[in-house]
Amino acid sequence: MKNLVEIKNVNKTFAIEGRSAASILENISINIQEGEFLAILGPSGSGKSTLLRIIAGLIPASSGTVSYLGSPIEGVNPGVAMVFQSFALFPWLSVLENVMLGLEDKNLTKAEKQAKALQVIDIVGLDGFENAYPKELSGGMRQRVGIGRALVSEPDVLLMDEAFSALDVLTAENLRRDLLELWLDKKIPTKAIILVTHGIEEAVYMADRAIILSKSPAEIVKDVKITIPRWRDKKSPEFLSIVDEIYSFMTKKKITALPPALPQLKKLTQLPQVSAGALTGFLELLEDLNEKTDLYKLASRFMMDIEDFFPLVELSTLLQFAQVVEGDIELTAEGIQFARATVLERKKLFSEQLLAHVPFVQQMITILESKSNKKMNIEFFEDLLARTFGDKTAQSQMALLISWERYAELVEYDQNKEQVYLESTV
Amino acid sequence: MALFTANISKRKFSIIDFFILAFIFILFYTILKLGAGMSIPFSPKQQPAISLEPNMLPYYAGRSLLRMFIAFGASLIFTFIYGYIAAKNKFAQKILIPLLDILQSVPVLGFLSVTIVAFMAFFPGSLLGVECASIFAIFTGQAWNMTFSFYHSLVTTPKDLQEAATILHLNWWQKLIKLELPVAMIGLVWNGMMSFGGGWFFLAASEAISVLGENIHLPGVGSFLAAAVEAGNMEAIYYSILTMLIMIILVDQLFWRPLVVWSQKFKIELSESSDMPSSYVYNLLQRSALIRLINEWVLNPLCKVFNCIFNQIAELSTAASLSMQSRTSIKGLPTIVPLCLTVGVLYLLAEPAQEAFAMLAAMEPRELFSILQLGFYTFIRVIIALLLGLIWTIPIGVKIGLTPKLSKIFQPVIQIAASFPANMLFPFITILFVKFHVDFQWGCIALMMLGTQWYILFNVIAGTSSIPNDLIEVSSIFNMKGWNKWKTLILPSIFPHLVTGLITASGGAWNASIVSELVSWHENDLVATGLGAYISQATTQGDWPKIVLGITVMCIFVVMINRFVWHRLYRLAEVKYHID
Repeated sequence: MKNLVEIKNVNKTFAIEGRSAASILENISINIQEGEFLAILGPSGSGKSTLLRIIAGLIPASSGTVSYLGSPIEGVNPGVAMVFQSFALFPWLSVLENVMLGLEDKNLTKAEKQAKALQVIDIVGLDGFENAYPKELSGGMRQRVGIGRALVSEPDVLLMDEAFSALDVLTAENLRRDLLELWLDKKIPTKAIILVTHGIEEAVYMADRAIILSKSPAEIVKDVKITIPRWRDKKSPEFLSIVDEIYSFMTKKKITALPPALPQLKKLTQLPQVSAGALTGFLELLEDLNEKTDLYKLASRFMMDIEDFFPLVELSTLLQFAQVVEGDIELTAEGIQFARATVLERKKLFSEQLLAHVPFVQQMITILESKSNKKMNIEFFEDLLARTFGDKTAQSQMALLISWERYAELVEYDQNKEQVYLESTV
Repeated sequence: MALFTANISKRKFSIIDFFILAFIFILFYTILKLGAGMSIPFSPKQQPAISLEPNMLPYYAGRSLLRMFIAFGASLIFTFIYGYIAAKNKFAQKILIPLLDILQSVPVLGFLSVTIVAFMAFFPGSLLGVECASIFAIFTGQAWNMTFSFYHSLVTTPKDLQEAATILHLNWWQKLIKLELPVAMIGLVWNGMMSFGGGWFFLAASEAISVLGENIHLPGVGSFLAAAVEAGNMEAIYYSILTMLIMIILVDQLFWRPLVVWSQKFKIELSESSDMPSSYVYNLLQRSALIRLINEWVLNPLCKVFNCIFNQIAELSTAASLSMQSRTSIKGLPTIVPLCLTVGVLYLLAEPAQEAFAMLAAMEPRELFSILQLGFYTFIRVIIALLLGLIWTIPIGVKIGLTPKLSKIFQPVIQIAASFPANMLFPFITILFVKFHVDFQWGCIALMMLGTQWYILFNVIAGTSSIPNDLIEVSSIFNMKGWNKWKTLILPSIFPHLVTGLITASGGAWNASIVSELVSWHENDLVATGLGAYISQATTQGDWPKIVLGITVMCIFVVMINRFVWHRLYRLAEVKYHID
């Protein structure tokens, strides 16, 4: 089989204010062959959408090449069309006009364009809605327009950027099924589909192959072939085992990279954006389960998205309230104690774990204690963080730290003066 | 251009269509006839006399209206070109946007004398020169606002739509037509309407003007009023004001309302809002079979041809720039071209600038100091006018804003009042001043206020009606009353709007100072000591050094106040009192 799209050693760095360029993608190489349905999986912020936009030619790679049919692309990739998470429909154009937009650069008469567009509208199941405007349609129907607009130009490669994430569960399921049917029955001349998603189940259900990216910077962690015959049963053991496998790949990298080994290195790790309240709720739920639990099952049991789920797992392991072993999560002794404690005891426990496992908190307290008035401008700490994270992330990290420390009653913060001070001094 | 066609189902010809047909014919004929009057021979000695017969008023009104629309068309073209370049070229952006900011805050009327002389030199012996100067004055009152709006829409076009357009391989023309113009449309129509309303003031001020010792009158409503004031003809004054009012209302109803309603289809939000503007004229046009025919047989083919031409140009230019990019030697072209242009413009400006500088250098320092002093007097008047405006508009505006019923009634009235050129009301107040011997040093503040207070009122109402309902409910649950309620709820929530209103009003007041510090009624001239009077006297005498100096000092005042007062307040409003 020949390579339709070839991604070779692609790197992407973004310049961030207050810091040297941040690396988003590192050394990504993927070959996409004819007839392949590829899923790119990764946690949010892992740069998978950036990768898709580099494949589309919407943004240039910092280094490396993307080739289509053997020749490197310059500017927009001529062989692709894209479906957007937000649909990206033109509100002032009707369904027909939106779909015809996909033929705008083709050398066809208006009548030919119209006929083609109507045919595609029929295929994606929007027959009868061609004169409706996007605002009259439901979310699922809007995305059908988005898919129709992408398909009408008969692209070799269809790019889908979280195409189902903005839809409710049932609508998304329905649309996935319909798209897969078009693809499997060869009703569309598309030669390959690249789907970017954070939904493992979605990827395993639809794709022939899943590429798993790690977070900041994104590297390829694993390239998993999915050979289960279609149509796939989501409850079958083969299906579940692949989901489980991918799940552990997605969590593994992160968890091995986390402290406890890190404190002596004094390197700042980016902290997961989770409130103390959310963590408490999560630990309580784990306590209620009272057993070692499979991470994947846990996510579906809580009806949660990975997006919300990973940070929780990350923080509870970071503070050593829980530990993850081979895709299973389990509370530690501190975790159990925390889950059963009263409000005041919890604060104390939280503060202990924070001081023990987040070196920066320890550092802040030491600095504050060394000052005679026990006060410090918040900018001072932000600058410390900014050296590693850049201004923007430093601000959000600082806000997060302050909220934890306030909960733990370690420090207080005066928003008007923008000063941090030690709780005991007032 | 499918964009400009609505889905109109087949409808039968009706009596309305005949009216519309007749209207279109009359419109074309009138424009031809009015346009013919624009290029008649003219010299300051031999100029068309302004008749005070009321039956001449429709003709004058037509001439004024034509000027307004030509200026608006010019503003629109300027907006598209300037805004597009500023948004698309990084290098041009760095120069064009600050330049626009300064142009926007400069008192336009001060330049009138300069432009009249320049345009008269362009079209010697023809009325066209003076016409152009008047149109240019109106243009400068309209264009900057609209350009800012267009530029802003271009740079804030939703990212996903931009990406979609790129990946669909739309060229720059298709992108403009399918995406960028529609996105900009609502803002453009709204700002166009506001700027057009402000344009009446410049129309009235620029039609009749004394330049270089000559009184120049262009046939129009503004000149009619000026002639009436000179003759002390009260009746004629009433007629001219009535005509103005009718013009404003007609333009609003026949032109702007339908446009506002039409532009609603370009809303970005995918949800339907309940409060949609409506226009009976728009409905009428929608229903008309004639309009459909015209659309089908005239407008659509025209648009198609137009679209085709630009599409070809876009294809060619894209191909050209691609082939150029592949040759790396000319990679810096997008930077070099504007750079050359800038250098060229600077070179052209060098000589006049040198002359102006020499002129200024020849003046005595004492003169310079006294001008600064005059500027200070005018500054004090502007501040007082704004404060007085605040004092009455805040309580009334808040009252109207909190009562939806009242705001429904008053909004359109205030809109008309705001577009009505304040300088046309000056004669009435002047008569009162003359009669009661009011000290004009203070009295002219009232004239300044006449035009500017509306901007404050507008914004107070807008600010008040945007206070979230839950905040109002909370304040009544806690039984907040009196000063406490004002301090905690109302003033903080209207603050951002208030600042916007004050900025606009202050710009208007500086402009107004040029026409309001020196007024006359019949044989009486009233002069206030200030920079505005200084500039208008210098303009009348044709004293170039004084004109240049006066304008320069005024510009410096305005730009400084903008930088040090308004921008700071604006930032404060954005950071602290922003309600999301």
